[in-house]
Parts: sequence; structure tokens; C-alpha cells
Amino acid sequence: MQQAQTTGESVEPMIDAGKPVVEVNKLNLIFETPDAPVHALSDIDLTINAGEFVSFIGPSGCGKTTLMRVIADLEAPTSGQILVNGMTPSEAREKRAYGYVFQAPALYPWRTVQKNIMLPLEIMGLSKDEQLARMNKNLSLVNLEGFEKKFPWQLSGGMQQRVSIARALAVEPDLLLMDEPFGALDEITRDHLNEQLLRLWDQTGKTVVFVTHSIPESVFLSSKIVVMSPRPGKIIDIIDCNLPRDRTLDIRESPEFLEIAHRVREGLRAGHSYDD
Amino acid sequence: MTDATFQNGQGLWTRLYYGKTLPILTVLAVVIVSWYAGAVYLNSDILISTYERTNVEWDAEKLVTDAWKMDRPILPAPHQIVAELNKTVFQKKITSKRSLVYHAWITTSATLLGFAFGGILGIMLAVGIVHVPTLDRSLMPWVIASQTIPILAIAPMIIVVLGNVGLTGTIPKSIISMYLCFFPITIGMVKGLRSPDVLQLDLMRTYSASPAQIFWKLRVPASVPYLFASLKVAVAISLVGAIVGELPTGAVAGIGARLLSGSYYGQTIQIWAALVVASALGMLLVYIVSLTEKIVMARMGGRI
Repeated sequence: MQQAQTTGESVEPMIDAGKPVVEVNKLNLIFETPDAPVHALSDIDLTINAGEFVSFIGPSGCGKTTLMRVIADLEAPTSGQILVNGMTPSEAREKRAYGYVFQAPALYPWRTVQKNIMLPLEIMGLSKDEQLARMNKNLSLVNLEGFEKKFPWQLSGGMQQRVSIARALAVEPDLLLMDEPFGALDEITRDHLNEQLLRLWDQTGKTVVFVTHSIPESVFLSSKIVVMSPRPGKIIDIIDCNLPRDRTLDIRESPEFLEIAHRVREGLRAGHSYDD
Repeated sequence: MTDATFQNGQGLWTRLYYGKTLPILTVLAVVIVSWYAGAVYLNSDILISTYERTNVEWDAEKLVTDAWKMDRPILPAPHQIVAELNKTVFQKKITSKRSLVYHAWITTSATLLGFAFGGILGIMLAVGIVHVPTLDRSLMPWVIASQTIPILAIAPMIIVVLGNVGLTGTIPKSIISMYLCFFPITIGMVKGLRSPDVLQLDLMRTYSASPAQIFWKLRVPASVPYLFASLKVAVAISLVGAIVGELPTGAVAGIGARLLSGSYYGQTIQIWAALVVASALGMLLVYIVSLTEKIVMARMGGRI
């Protein structure tokens, strides 16, 4: 199916649907390039509700990162509507409605871990005490107490990415946007961080939007998986994924897990993601 | 040789062999030996013609000893320069007009003032160029063109013009220093202020940071390594600028004045002594900037 739509089958009603945090309606984004216009996003319809963990999955060039950047007001759509917390993305950005975790940690190398986490808080103009309190709270949330005075290069890649998550959380946004945050890490570290992230989501009740191209990662983490396909970037399928919230890595061998993973793979195949 | 001797060899010879000291001393020895030989070769013509004119008996040994102790040699021997340095640096009171320390200080003060002017001008230009597209297009070509004018040609003009409006002494010299040293600072700072990558800038955008916050919290710290690389070049050419500024005016004090009076009176030993002091001064200034860089970079999390 070319049109993006929520497939209703096998979907149980969400336990706590919450209010919509992100509403996307007939959204298109066309990049003008010297060769030809690139249709990066085509007729995207999507609603993300409070407390959900939503993954965007698809091959490179399917627009998953672009869609996330539109939500964050880092790209402007060509047509269509998008509301974040009922506001335009730029209003939401100015109100610091979200925390953004990039593919790379993007820590400032001249700042210590502590100063990196306090960077957005300095910009928000919070008091020194408040900055320190939030820094300490979020550093322990990502299990990095004692690393305050270290510089980024003294940490491993996984630790650096955890610092960048703590930095995003320190803003205390209700919405966390994560763009392939663990893409550059080895699989063992990634599994470990996935578990930690799940705990974090469970503890904080935040809404998480997560971009990935790993099927197991998306199934393991998400309450909703958005399958996308390239040229033009569009939504192929939206799969609800109601594994128990206190799941552990073992769940990846369970039949329910494999069934959802299978459906994601079917969605990707339907979007010609496996074509040459 | 086994690995054991290699590892245990923490003695003087091992350190000399693997360290920088021995290579540097070797080069120095080669330079000094060729220098002495060169002094004999270059000074022999004058000596021989003097011998012939005055009918003095001479042989190779006499030629060599005389070549190394002439009053006004073409090329003085190293020990003559050392003796002159000892006389003018250590034996004279530093307030004396014959003290090289006094002259070095005159030049240093112009150098440092010009370096400060150049630093401020260079950084201000860079900030303008990075933030205002019009300035990028209008100023950058002029900044580059300014350095294509030979400094030796424009230096007397600057001295004359500024002298006419009543500015003499240190200020005109430091203006010439500034003219030379703002350039690497502007180029380095433009590159440095533009060095933050897309990710670092996007991060600031997600925080809705103001342009001033982006400047102070991202662009300025990111530019610091570039700034120091430029400052090292700038301080060295600032010294050159100050010396060049002393040449055309017939200045009475400063390294440039020593070079000039030395060449008027054929005092080659005095010229070489002034040259040695000038290069030592240059090294000292670059070293101070490097040291500051090390301290600042260590505080900014640099790997030392």
C-alpha cells in the first residue's frame, strides 16, 4: 500500500493512550538539489501519544531522520501540518519541549562531563544550584556518577553517548528524540544501553521517538514501530508492540518478539527495502 | 644487543642517543665547524691583500688566526660574536645605550604593543567576517591584498605619515607590527570561528540558543586552538615588523637601530650580535605563546 495508514489488525487498544504529543498530517518535504528535487517525505500521517516509545525503522534514505528533524524544527516541511504539544515545531523548540540525542554524542570537547550536561541549562539561564542538582540527578540516571570532572575523550563511546542522553534529559523535556543514538556502538554495549534506556523510559514516563535501522532494537524498545521506505520516503506500516514494560533482553527469543520482528521485516520487504 | 640492555639503558648515553639532545648538538657542531671554515675563506681576501700591501710574511697558520680575530671581518667567527654578546648583554648596565638588553627592550615594547593591536584588529575582523556576509565578501580580498604590499616599501611611508601627525617612537613601529601580524590572526580566527560542525550547531539550535550564546559557548572555545597557531606566527612576524620599523627612520635605539648603525660603520660583529639577540628574542616570544597555549589547552581538556 502506498498510503500511510495505521493497520488495525491485531491491535489491542493502548492501555494509556495519553494525549497526542506529535501530530503529523499530510506532511511532505522536498529537498531542492542541483540535479532534481528529492522527495524526502511523502504524505506522512502519524500521531504519537504521550508516554509512547515510537521507533522509526527503514533503510538509509527513507526519511526517518528527516522526519525526526522536522519534529525538532531542524528542517521545515514543504507542505502539510505538524503539531508538537499542540504548537508549531518552532514554537515547541523555543519552549524547549524536547531533548535531542544525535547519532554522535556531540559533546563539546573543551567541556567536562559536568559542564557538557550543564550547557543547555546555562543557555536556559537556570541558577547554578539548579544546574548542579539537575546534572547530578541525570548523571546518576545514566549510571555515570563520579565522572563529572572527566573530559569526553577520557570516556568510551558508550559512556559518551550516555552523557549526551543525560544532557538531553537535563532539559527535563516530556519528549525525547533519539536519532540512532547507539548506531556507532558495538552490539554488546548497544544491548546494555537498550536495557538501560528501557528502564529510563519506564521510570520517567517520557515520550520517546527513536530512529534505528535495527529490527531487534526497534522491537525490543518500542511500544509502536513505524516502518518506512525510501524514494519517496513514506510510512509503510505502523505496528503496535505491546511487550511487557519490564522486559529483559531474554524476550528476544520469545515467539511474540519473533512474530513482531517478522512483521517489521515483511513491512520493509513490502516497501522494496530489500530490492537491489 | 638484547632487549634487556635496551630497557635497562637509562644512562646518559642512552638518553642522548634516543633523545633530541644529541641530534641538535650534532647539527650545532656541523654549523660551528663550517662557520669557522667560512670565516677563514671569506676573510682571507682582505687579509692577503693587506699582507701584500704591508709586506708582511705570512703562512696558513697566521692567516687562520688573523681571520678569526679581525676588527671588521666579512664574517666574524662565533667566539667573536659570543665575546661581543658578553660585552653588550652582561657587562653593560641595562640602562646604558650600549647595552643590547636596553635595545632589545625598546624593540620588544614595540613588538608587544603591535602584537596586542594586531590581535585585537585581527580578532575583530574575523568576528565581522564570520557573522556578516557582506563583510566576508568586501573585507576578505582587502585583508589578503594588504599582505601583498612589500612591508619594506610601506614602512617608511607609515613612519613619515604618523610622524607628521605627531606620532613618533613606539607607536609607529607597533603600527607596522600590527600591519604584519593581524593577518595570520584574522585568517586563523575566521577558520576557527567556522570550525564547529553541523552537529554542534544543530545542538545549539535544539536549545534555542541566541546568536550571542552560540558565539561565546561554541564558536569562541572551538576557535582557541586555531587562535594559538596564529598567535605563534603573529608574534614572530610582529618582531620582524618592529625591527623593520626601526630601519628607515634612523632610530637611535632598538635592535633595528643596532643593525643599521652596524652596517653604517662596517661593524659586522655588532650586526651579528644584534641578530643573535633578535632571534633569541623571537624564540622567547614564541615560547611564551606556546607555554600559554599549553596551559589554556590543558584547562580546556586537551590531551597533553
